[in-house]
Order: sequence, then C-alpha cells, then structure tokens
Amino acid sequence: MLRYITRRLALGLFTMWAISVLAFVIIQLPPGDYVTTYIARMADSAGGSAGVQEARLRTLYGLDQPMAIQYLKWIGQVIQGNFGMSFDWNRPVVDVIGDRLVLSMVVSVGAILFTWVVALPIGIYSAVRKYSIGDYILTFVGFLGLAVPSFLFGLVLMYFGFVFFGVSPGGLFSANFETAGWSMAKILNLMQHLIIPCIVLGTAGTAHLIRVMRANLLDELGKPYVVTARAKGLRKWRLITKYPVRVALNPFASSIGFLFPQVVSGTIIVSIVLSLPTVGPLLLSSLQAQDMFLAGTIVLLLGVMTIIGTLVSDIVLMWLDPRIRHAG
Amino acid sequence: MKSVEDPASSNASTTEYGGGPSAATLVDGREGDQQAGLPEEKIASSPAPAKRAYVASQRQLIWWRFRKHKLAMLGGIVVMLFYIVALGADFLAYSDPQDSNAKRALVPPQAISLFDGGRLSPHTYPVTGTRDLSTFRQVYTQDTSQRVPVHFFVHGYEYSFLGIHTDLHLIGASGAKSEQSIFLFGTDEVGRDIFSRLLVATRTSLLIGLAGVALSVLLGVILGGISGFYGGVVDTIIQRCIEILRSIPTIPLWMGLAAAMPRTWSIQSVYFAITLIISLIGWTELARVVRGRFLQIRGEDFVTAAELAGSSNRRIIFVHMAPLFASHIIAATTLALPLMIVAETSLSFLGLGLRPPAISWGVMLQQAQNIQTLAFSPWMLLPVIPVVLSILAFNFLGDGLRDAADPYNV
Repeated sequence: MLRYITRRLALGLFTMWAISVLAFVIIQLPPGDYVTTYIARMADSAGGSAGVQEARLRTLYGLDQPMAIQYLKWIGQVIQGNFGMSFDWNRPVVDVIGDRLVLSMVVSVGAILFTWVVALPIGIYSAVRKYSIGDYILTFVGFLGLAVPSFLFGLVLMYFGFVFFGVSPGGLFSANFETAGWSMAKILNLMQHLIIPCIVLGTAGTAHLIRVMRANLLDELGKPYVVTARAKGLRKWRLITKYPVRVALNPFASSIGFLFPQVVSGTIIVSIVLSLPTVGPLLLSSLQAQDMFLAGTIVLLLGVMTIIGTLVSDIVLMWLDPRIRHAG
Repeated sequence: MKSVEDPASSNASTTEYGGGPSAATLVDGREGDQQAGLPEEKIASSPAPAKRAYVASQRQLIWWRFRKHKLAMLGGIVVMLFYIVALGADFLAYSDPQDSNAKRALVPPQAISLFDGGRLSPHTYPVTGTRDLSTFRQVYTQDTSQRVPVHFFVHGYEYSFLGIHTDLHLIGASGAKSEQSIFLFGTDEVGRDIFSRLLVATRTSLLIGLAGVALSVLLGVILGGISGFYGGVVDTIIQRCIEILRSIPTIPLWMGLAAAMPRTWSIQSVYFAITLIISLIGWTELARVVRGRFLQIRGEDFVTAAELAGSSNRRIIFVHMAPLFASHIIAATTLALPLMIVAETSLSFLGLGLRPPAISWGVMLQQAQNIQTLAFSPWMLLPVIPVVLSILAFNFLGDGLRDAADPYNV
C-alpha cells in the first residue's frame, strides 16, 4: 500500500512539474515579454517613452537571461506564493483570482457529486431491467447527453430559462449576496444557484457513468453467486444492493480519475456561457488581453488542484477497495 | 429438406463473396464430414451464415457484424450525408455566406410555399423591415401580394469546386433586391443567410476535424506502436506521458495555446494552428488502443514464426500485424472525430479558434452568446443541431465499428 501511495505521489509531483512548464510556456508564447507589455501600458497611460527604464526592468526580472534560468526564477517566486502582476487589473494575480478558484472547485466537485447521485440509480435500473422500455429510453438519453457539449447545453438552457421564466440562470449568487461576506445564508444561496451548472456540467459524465455501471452490473448479475443467493431466498433488491452493486461500484468510483480533469475543463467554458464568477471568464479575458501572468497562473493552479483532487480520490479509493490495497 | 439445401446455399455464398477456390473446397470437404456424422436436427439448427463465415475474409466478417448494428448503419449514413453536404456546400447554398446587408438583419426563418393557386410553383414572399419604435428592433412583415419565385439550378455567387469556376446553385430565388431572397433559416445580426453559412460551416468544421484526426492518428500510431513494439523503458516513458496528459484539464491549455496565435496570422495559418492544437488531444486514446493491440498480437504464434523465419521488424509490423489492428484504428479514429469537432467548436465559440471571415459552427455560435439576441432570434441557435447530430452519428458509427472489429464479440 505504501509503495502504491509513493508511486502515485511521485507521478503526481512529476505531473505538477510538467504543468508548471506548460504554464510557463503559455506565459512566454505571445510575442514580446513582460517588460514590452509593461512599457506599452506605461506609454499608453503616461505618453512618454521609457528606454532606460526598460533596460533596468529587463535586468530586474532577469529577462535577458536564458529560458531555463527565467523558468527557475519564476517557479521560485511561485512556490513562495508570488504569482506576479496582472497588467489588466494592475493588481497582484493572487488578489485578482481571489475566491474564484475555490468557486471553480466547488462547481466541479458539485458536478461530480451530481454525476454520481444520478448515474448510480439509473445504472442499476438499466442493468436490472435490461432491454426494458425504460432501459432503452435511458440509454438514448444517455447517448444524447454524451453528444451535447456542455457549453451548448448551457446555451440552450439559458435560452429556455429566459423565454419561460424571464431570467437567465447565470451567476452563483443572488444580487444581494454578491458582495456580502460568507455566511450560512450565502452558502444556501450558492447551493440553489449551483443546481443548473451542475446539471449542465454533469450530464456528459453521467451518461458515460451510466454505461459503465450498467455494463459492470450486468457482468456481476450473471455470476453464480447471485443465482445461489436468490435460490436461498434472499430478497431481490436486498441482494442486488448488497453484493453485485458493491462489486460493480469499484470501477465506477475509479472513473473519477479521468472525470475530474474533464469536469474542471468543462467548468471553464460553462462558466463563460452562464457567467459564473469562477476562473473561467477570468481566464478568457486574460487571454484576450494577453495578460499572461494571470492566464499562466490560472492554468497552473487549475492543473495542480486537479491533480491533488485526483490523488486524494485515488488514495481514498485504494483505502476502500481491498483488491488495490493488497495488490500494493 | 434443410440438409439438402444447406450445402448448395453455402456453395452459392462462397462464389458470391469471392472466397478462394482452394479454401472453398477445403471447407466444403470438412462440412461434408461433419454432416455425415451429425444427427438431422443439429444440421437443421446450424444457420447458413455460420458456414459462409468459414470462408469469409476478415473484412467481410467485419462488414456482416457491422450491418447487424442498426444504429451504427444509421450513423454511417448520416456521416456520409454530412460529408456530401460538406463537399457540395457551395452548390447547395443559395446566397453568398459572406454577403451582409443591414436591411435584412435578423430576418426570421421563412418557409418556401410550394403551390401558387393550385399550381406547383415554389415561391417565397419578399420581406420588408420596419423599426418598432418602442423596442427599436427591426420587425419584418411578409408582403404576400408579391412572389419571389424559387427555381432549381440558378446562377448566383461565384465559387470554385474541384478547380471548376462556376456560379450554379441547386436552388435560388430570382429576386431583384437582396431582401428578395430565401431565408430558410433566417439571417444573422448583419444580414447574412444562416442556411448558406451553415452549409459552408459544415465543410470547415468537418474538414478541420478530419485534418486533426489525421494528425492525431499519425502521432498515436507512431507513439503507440513504438510503445507496444519495443516495450521496456520507452514504453514506460510514453505511458507516463500519456497518463500526465490525461490528468491535465485540457481546455485551459488549448485556450492558452490558441490565444498565443498572433492576431496578424493569415486564415491558412490559423486553420493549421487550430488543427495542430486540437490534434494534441485525440492522440492519447489512439496510442493506447494501438499499444494494447500491439502487445496482444506480439505474443501470438504467427509473429514468433515470422521472427524465426527471419522477417525484418518492418515486414512483421506492416505485413503481419497491421491488417489485424487496422480496423481498430479506424474505429478509434471515428470515435476521436467528434472530440475534434467539439474542440474546434468550443475554441471558436470562445473567440480563440477560427475567426471571421472563416465560417465554422463555433464561429456561428459565437454570435449566439448574447442572451438578448438569442431571446428574440432563437434561430441563431440552429448550428447546435448539426453539431449534436454529427457527434451522435460519429459516436454510433464508431461504436458499431469497434464492436464489429472485435472478433470475440458475438
């Protein structure tokens, strides 16, 4: 078990490093660098040129040094919690991101929970009532759910919300809570607003999980121990929920490893469509404004949080599943 | 009765499906032996296709299994229709997709009336826009006293198809002014016809998907092949890279890469860059499929036999192994295509992918982001339908192909 954890941790750390390199590449990609942008902004506001200052800034930020050293300098600052300045907002990146990152994660985790809560009963139903009308309808709905990209689903939902209820289902808080501090009432308000984003984000994953659950459970239901238990007089639903479902659950739960990155990705676009106060709209605007430190930081933090999430879920899973636990 | 008929039908089928003569006699001989020893009802219960299957080639077996999959067949037909539309986009469109006209902005969809006083004469009515003074929106009224006749094979805007310059279109209205046209799916905010744009967008989106998939297949097959064939350290490194790529949220990454494209690039460069970016997502799955099949086949006896016989690696891979996993690659490719289409659509939708004047589904949907526009002109959402339809069709087709390519799936 310890070997498994250390192996996962090592891979996780390596992945984080890979993400930091990618984030750095994204920061570096646009033509020009930090100082060119900065000087351009200064020239815009003050009207004067700043040749001397440019050279001074360049040495200060180490932009005249090779790429590898620049990366090391940058990552050194990042580890200390200094993510640089956002040009567009003229404030430190950390301040701009604020609790948007947390809200992003709240939406993602909410979507995953929604996926599980919906997919589990439907998957069991589809497997137990195989080839019934309900199964066919659910399979079809599942296929449709897989085929509709979440942002299109959000767009269509927004249209119907506007036409039928006269409101656009955007945002995560009601107007009176938007600037208020955190309180119970605000959290409740958040919960209510979370429902639509969770449905929008969770549908694709749900469709996928229903299919996984149905296939797994069908495999289990055909096994002799199920027949034996029925022959011995165990009630049908008690039997199904107690044994085959438990076994079928494992691959189901391990799907979080690929589900989580997908949902975090989806959150970005869905947040832009539904205008949720997460990092999604911020990332888009920062990319459009070539505000690269902000953009790079968002990519980095999202990636790192996704990896930590997957790591934690993997370890919990291993703790739950004796087969992985003992295999080492 | 059946026992008499059966050999005849199996003979007929062997000639019909072109099995080699030597194989046919060999199988027939074996069948004869079996029949001699078997009781009557057992022969009767064995269906003719099973015997046909003895002599069928791999490709035929796959085709038969695929044909049983009704949804996959439907998906295949829809995919073909999509590509036909993509090919003939300019011919099927009736007005220039770039032609804007403020006088006909946001015209609602309009049906073509087929009959005129009991006589078959397809026509539409010209629309006139007036501004509603309380909402300041353009309101269109149909003038039913006039007719805009709709004809087949009409000369319209010029385009080139396979090197031929022409201005022929399948249908068209012969109205004098541009307000006197057909608006099957309405027009957008600057008065461009949505139907015509949708057709041209279909071409862009499907082609970008295809190009992206081609690149991903190349990457996936090469890396997956190397990984599966050589194994060892190389395999471990490639597998770790794939694991890492799969655990990263990809959309923010593509957004970052796409945003780094200089605004000054030409349309062609943007097309190419976007294709490259979206191809980066699909290859991991393909590489895994290829590697899995490689590992599976590598252990087979015939590969060992070929090795002992002194075949080179290249010969083993391309002559002996490739035919076995080609069908899997095709299935995996079909399943990767919708991913590419969604990727392009979402990037363009965000304004980071293709930009106008390019027309793709994502570019068209970008206009539908504004809830106010959307509420009063819901036809702007129409590109959602081909996106969903094509994804569904590709998924059904890919699922069917995958099932059909798996010889152990009965």
